[in-house]
Amino acid sequence: MIINNETDYGTPASLSANLVTLEIDGRKVTVPEGTSVMRAAGETGINIPKLCATDSLDPFGSCRMCLVQIEGARGYPASCTTPVAEGMKVCTQNEKLANIRRGIAELYISDHPLDCLTCSANGDCELQDTVGAVGLREVRYGYEGENHLDAAKDGSNPYFSFDPAKCIVCSRCVRACEETQGTYALTIDGRGFDSKVSPSQNQAFMDSECVSCGACVQACPTATLMEKSVIDHGLPEHSVITTCAYCGVGCSFRAEMKGEQVIRMVPDKNGQANHGHSCVKGRFAFGYATHKDRITTPMIRDNISDAWQEVSWEEAIEFAAEKLKQLQAKYGRDSIGGITSSRCTNEETYLVQKLVRAGFGNNNVDTCARVCHSPTGYGLKSTFGESSGTQNFDSVKKSDVILVIGANPTDGHPVFGSMMKRRLREGAKLIVADPRTIDLVKSPHVQADYHLKLRPGTNVALVTALAHVIVTEDLADEKFVSERCDTESFAKWKTFVAKPENSPEAMAEVTGVPADAIRGAARLYATGGNGAIYYGLGVTEHSQGSTTVIGIANLAMATGNIGRDGVGVNPLRGQNNVQGSCDMGSFPHEFVGYRHVSDTKTRALFESAWKVELQSEPGLRIPNMFSAAIDGSFKGLYIQGEDIAQSDPDIQHVHHALRQMECIIVQDLFLNETAKFAHVFLPGSSFLEKNGTFTNAERRISPVRKVMTPLGGKEDWEVTQDLANAVGYPMNYKHPSEIMDEIARLTPQFAGVSYAKIEAMGSIQWPCNDEFPEGTPTMHADHFVRGQGRFMLTEYVPTDEKASRKYPLLLTTGRILSQYNVGAQTRRTDNVAWHEEDRLEIHPHDAEELGINDADWVGIKSRAGETVLRALISERVQPGVVYTTFHFPHSGANVITTDNSDWATNCPEYKVTAVHVAKVSEPSRWQKQYQDFSDKQETLLKDRIVAHEHE
Amino acid sequence: MTRVFISRDATALSLGAEQVVQTLQQQATARNLPLEIVRNGSRGMFWLEPLVEVETATGRVAYGPVQASDITGLLDAGLLEGSGHPLYQGDIEALPYFKNQKRLTFARVGITDPVSFDDYVQHDGYRGLKNALKLSPQEIVKQVTDSGLRGRGGAAFPTGIKWNTVLNAPSEQKYIVCNADEGDSGTFSDRMIMEGDPFVLIEGMTIAGLAVGATRGYIYLRVEYPHAHAALNEAIASAYRNGYLGDNISGSGKAFHLEVRLGAGAYICGEETSLLESLEGKRGLVRFKPPLPAIVGLFGQPTVVNNVISLASVPIILDKGADYYRDYGMGRSRGTLPLQLAGNIKHPGLFEVAFGMTLRELLYDYGGGCANGRPIRAVQVGGPLGAYLPEAQFDTPLDYEAFTGISAVLGHGGIVVHDDTVDMAEMARYAMEFCVEESCGKCTPCRIGSVRGVEVIERIVQGTQRDQNTRLLRDLCDTMTYGSLCAMGGMTPIPVISALNYFPEDFGIKSDVDAA
Ligand SMILES: Cc1cc2nc3c(=O)[nH]c(=O)nc-3n(C[C@H](O)[C@H](O)[C@H](O)COP(=O)(O)O)c2cc1C
Ligand code: SF4
Ligand code: SF4
Ligand code: SF4
Ligand code: SF4
Ligand code: FES
Repeated sequence: MIINNETDYGTPASLSANLVTLEIDGRKVTVPEGTSVMRAAGETGINIPKLCATDSLDPFGSCRMCLVQIEGARGYPASCTTPVAEGMKVCTQNEKLANIRRGIAELYISDHPLDCLTCSANGDCELQDTVGAVGLREVRYGYEGENHLDAAKDGSNPYFSFDPAKCIVCSRCVRACEETQGTYALTIDGRGFDSKVSPSQNQAFMDSECVSCGACVQACPTATLMEKSVIDHGLPEHSVITTCAYCGVGCSFRAEMKGEQVIRMVPDKNGQANHGHSCVKGRFAFGYATHKDRITTPMIRDNISDAWQEVSWEEAIEFAAEKLKQLQAKYGRDSIGGITSSRCTNEETYLVQKLVRAGFGNNNVDTCARVCHSPTGYGLKSTFGESSGTQNFDSVKKSDVILVIGANPTDGHPVFGSMMKRRLREGAKLIVADPRTIDLVKSPHVQADYHLKLRPGTNVALVTALAHVIVTEDLADEKFVSERCDTESFAKWKTFVAKPENSPEAMAEVTGVPADAIRGAARLYATGGNGAIYYGLGVTEHSQGSTTVIGIANLAMATGNIGRDGVGVNPLRGQNNVQGSCDMGSFPHEFVGYRHVSDTKTRALFESAWKVELQSEPGLRIPNMFSAAIDGSFKGLYIQGEDIAQSDPDIQHVHHALRQMECIIVQDLFLNETAKFAHVFLPGSSFLEKNGTFTNAERRISPVRKVMTPLGGKEDWEVTQDLANAVGYPMNYKHPSEIMDEIARLTPQFAGVSYAKIEAMGSIQWPCNDEFPEGTPTMHADHFVRGQGRFMLTEYVPTDEKASRKYPLLLTTGRILSQYNVGAQTRRTDNVAWHEEDRLEIHPHDAEELGINDADWVGIKSRAGETVLRALISERVQPGVVYTTFHFPHSGANVITTDNSDWATNCPEYKVTAVHVAKVSEPSRWQKQYQDFSDKQETLLKDRIVAHEHE
Repeated sequence: MTRVFISRDATALSLGAEQVVQTLQQQATARNLPLEIVRNGSRGMFWLEPLVEVETATGRVAYGPVQASDITGLLDAGLLEGSGHPLYQGDIEALPYFKNQKRLTFARVGITDPVSFDDYVQHDGYRGLKNALKLSPQEIVKQVTDSGLRGRGGAAFPTGIKWNTVLNAPSEQKYIVCNADEGDSGTFSDRMIMEGDPFVLIEGMTIAGLAVGATRGYIYLRVEYPHAHAALNEAIASAYRNGYLGDNISGSGKAFHLEVRLGAGAYICGEETSLLESLEGKRGLVRFKPPLPAIVGLFGQPTVVNNVISLASVPIILDKGADYYRDYGMGRSRGTLPLQLAGNIKHPGLFEVAFGMTLRELLYDYGGGCANGRPIRAVQVGGPLGAYLPEAQFDTPLDYEAFTGISAVLGHGGIVVHDDTVDMAEMARYAMEFCVEESCGKCTPCRIGSVRGVEVIERIVQGTQRDQNTRLLRDLCDTMTYGSLCAMGGMTPIPVISALNYFPEDFGIKSDVDAA
């Protein structure tokens, strides 16, 4: 169901290196062994009619439209299920075949509504095309026979409808749900003529296991499963390839358009990260981009207690620049700074940090990656020499043992989660280290071999214990280590991890994981073939986040699991451009490409390119900015696409800091929480409204393309450029490609990157330079970037956040599939149908002890603050641990999280907070106060002085 | 102590064998008569069941059909001495119905105690396996190939060739799967073997395992066969106890493990790929071929799937040699076929005979014509997907190729007889209806075609646009024949078209212009 000119070859490509030559309709064709006759025909331009086959799915052989004749073979084999053979002679068209195909078409249409002209798939229906192609002219059975025309529609899913009257029972949806998505929500219920598609146990889609990924909708050849947007608006007329702006998988999409209106987003079959798959967010949750809450006119005010005033772009920029200049004049050069966003493009991020460094003249720039993956940068740079994951996503197809630590791919990185599950179904082994029973632990046809259900905050203890087993049981790959790593550091590390206090038996106490399980998991990882580690924020967002990353790197090096397909260390990046924003020099201490600001040579390079003098001292990190604001030394902040007033920990402290500031400039799509503390609001542009690039978790630079005019009139990079010019630092880019050219000129890892190359290759994995002109799927292949891999010691230091009499439970946080982070976008889509509030997950034992019932209001108190949520009793959490998501601002999850942070990078310890939980009857004091404040700010927005009145 | 044989076969039981056993036991105790009742398999002459055989000095003497109410009279008349009585049948093996059979596969059925390991061994059991253990896998396969044995489940594919494919497929784990789903109405040979001589099947599967290098076997058993289930389980346990199953078969160091799995109760689960899906715990949906199950079978591994009779015929081939077996039969149909007579027939039962006998001989000389004495109008050979044959074709020899020649099949050897009151249009409609009921629903020609088939036949019978609809029915049958994924949809047209061609008058058609 795709508006495009791509050929559907019917069956997946064969990867065999052996070639086979055959003859189809007199044409010689040479294809890899294992190719289907159908695909071989397609590759030589011969189209065989088909309905149940599509090249994203394994062949099934059910519709029988694709029958052919093969010399010497009996009967009429289906070309989709018949593999080619050397010397085979195939005939795809003759009278007999035409009769059979017409006969089948006649049967289909005898049980199909005759409303082609008013059908939502009219013009984009494979049944229509196929029946046309075989030349059916008459249905001699009539239409009075037994049929399914009265089958009831199911419109329960907000994004697509299911109209079984149109179903041809090709099972493509069922197979897509199994093979592509791995959810197994669909089955064919009944037998024979009664066969029908059934979500779970004959439930409505919304009540079933369905996760609304849309794979079934995409696979459906008819209008049975159809996007509601197409039903409402008709078929799109053109399409543009772009990249999802939600998570770090970075799925490639075809935005299918009608003029400037997005009709649907269809994951691109050629997308190198996602191979034609998507999740509910990327495919369906784009409605926020045109939501009525979008603010499209710039606004200013002197005080946050004033009503907003709409102004022209020029006025707003002038106002902001003046304020910033005044602040610097009054409080000094370092009194202002900027925050870049992992949601914005590389080019925008680069520009913001350039504005701060060159325009503001200081290094007070930081990024939201501070609060998620800064330990990854630190840990991997120190051990391997590069702040990035080592593999591409496809690497998982070659993994034999997969170790998932503190990540929840099926919710957080759904498309990669599906890839991983596919590999697990093929037989790869799985170790999950997570305090919660995440879906991966047990889902259809996937079962973890080990679930190391550790206590929050004990990752380092666990990782070191794993290392202990590898070293003391002689499972290390000494050959790899001696050839590739710094052996002195290895020797030191060996001695350290081998210490009895690091043994699984000793660490079992600390982690709560039985020693046997740790030993078993370590043996499996070290000896089970290609071992790959995937980790997420459950690793980084800890007081010892960097230590765990280092520990993970040690494990991979010690077992030789680095430098080839199927292995590696893979941080699953949260946001679409976390990798990119880090790469682009967003941290106060680093220029683009992770080069320290104190390095004279690098600084000289940038000084000459940017034609200014640059500071050699690192600037303020985000938490330091807040402290400085409270101290009174930090006064102005330019924040692009980031909601620090919701997403940062110890939020009362953050709000306090923001109130102290004199000029906060927020550039965003919506009046987010931070904007409620702001003085200047600059309308942001959505990913649909601008050009640029995102870099996903596998270092893949993918294009973001403008499919509609920015609602506010400007792309985000233009706004930053205007601000730079207004503060007196000239910028004069005409297109983001020029920004990328500058990045390439100044950064070794990006030297070979250009828009032209991205256009030609689809996407590029950095490093891309003279050494790797086509980019680098697997890093550290021949040698580590830093030369030799370095082992570092990982002493376990317990976090201060320990369960105590006063705070007896440990709170950990995370997110779910349907909502995205602070939720500013997903809350403004129909995704709220799946998750309309954040809840506190609590184990039945704890709930019983505290007298808490499901859906009760519970107060959660930590040393930082208190908030109230409704309870959700769940065995996914272990006793002693509670869990919540943080997608709604009024949930106040970050009122409770503390100022604890990673020792190396200040990444906040979101994942462990000691709390006290009790049943309550009303929202917390903070919630009430914040509600008042928020309501007031909404009023100030509503009462804004509108531009034309003002003029 | 006199030994008395009363069958444990399901047919005998349904006719009252259990009551006969109980009554005989009670009365013998009361009369103080020393008596041992052996529960044997059935001799396969159902009109004589429950059959009571008494071991006398001059051999076994049969009485039948015996009801519990006959026991007093029988004992009074001197049953245990083999004396005369109205139910007296004498030596059962001397009756022409039995004498003229060639019982190779069924050699022991009705004679031995089916679950007695010793009885089995005393009656030439496990001699085939003993020979097989002396041979290389290739040599075993060659014996089976040379015997000319073809699959008795329906498709008549040469068993040796199938085994050879599995033998040559490299894999660490291979399987032997016995298709005991016996879904064809009116057939019972699989059941009779499993109830009457389960060891022969176990031995056959063990030899198959040795031949192809499979260490694990499954019997996929029709769920409606509780007695076969019990007999198989008893025999399997006994084979394990006696070291003929397990990790070290008969001290050879070779392993073979065997277990019974109950079927899903659907006709389509007898189709081999659907059966494999079902064995794997999934819905019984037909798989496409290739890959053949011999290469990608159970759990994706090379697998022999054979019918019960195919496998149960292997021990005698290995015992007496390929030539012994192939000397029976005609043309490319070698050995014997256990035919099953059912429907309106005087002598229903099992008749194992070498290929080559004509249908007429079987129906009249042994079957005795219709039970009610009316003329036979049509017989359906080869199960519900087999052709309806008119009198004119009764001289066709029972031979795979001869049947193919008249667009018919021998299939699993089931023969259902109809007298002259049968309505053949109704039979045709029923064939389509059967397909509607049993279709797995995967492929379109069968899923939708069968439903349309019923409708079109109804229209023809009602006289609605008879010519057009007859042509449509023939076109539909073409679509189903050539388009269906498996033989369910692909063969449903056989009974339909044969009924239409040979009995057009029943459809209200004088003589079908398009008749093939
Ligand atoms: C619809 C259908 C039902 C079948 N049912 C049976 C059955 O009940 N028993 C059986 O042995 N074969 C049955 N078969 C044949 C099997 O598919 C397969 O050919 C057979 O098990 C192979 O064993 P053989 O080579 O020993 O005959 C059936 C085939 C079809 C198409
Ligand atoms: S939307 Fe995705 S999860 Fe839901 S039924 Fe379709 S394929 Fe399965
Ligand atoms: S819903 Fe669509 S994809 Fe699924 S079986 Fe029906 S027609 Fe095929
Ligand atoms: S997996 Fe991530 S990148 Fe892909 S569609 Fe979903 S949110 Fe977008
Ligand atoms: S012919 Fe019938 S039973 Fe066989 S695969 Fe097709 S639908 Fe299933
Ligand atoms: S396309 Fe080959 S059977 Fe459907």
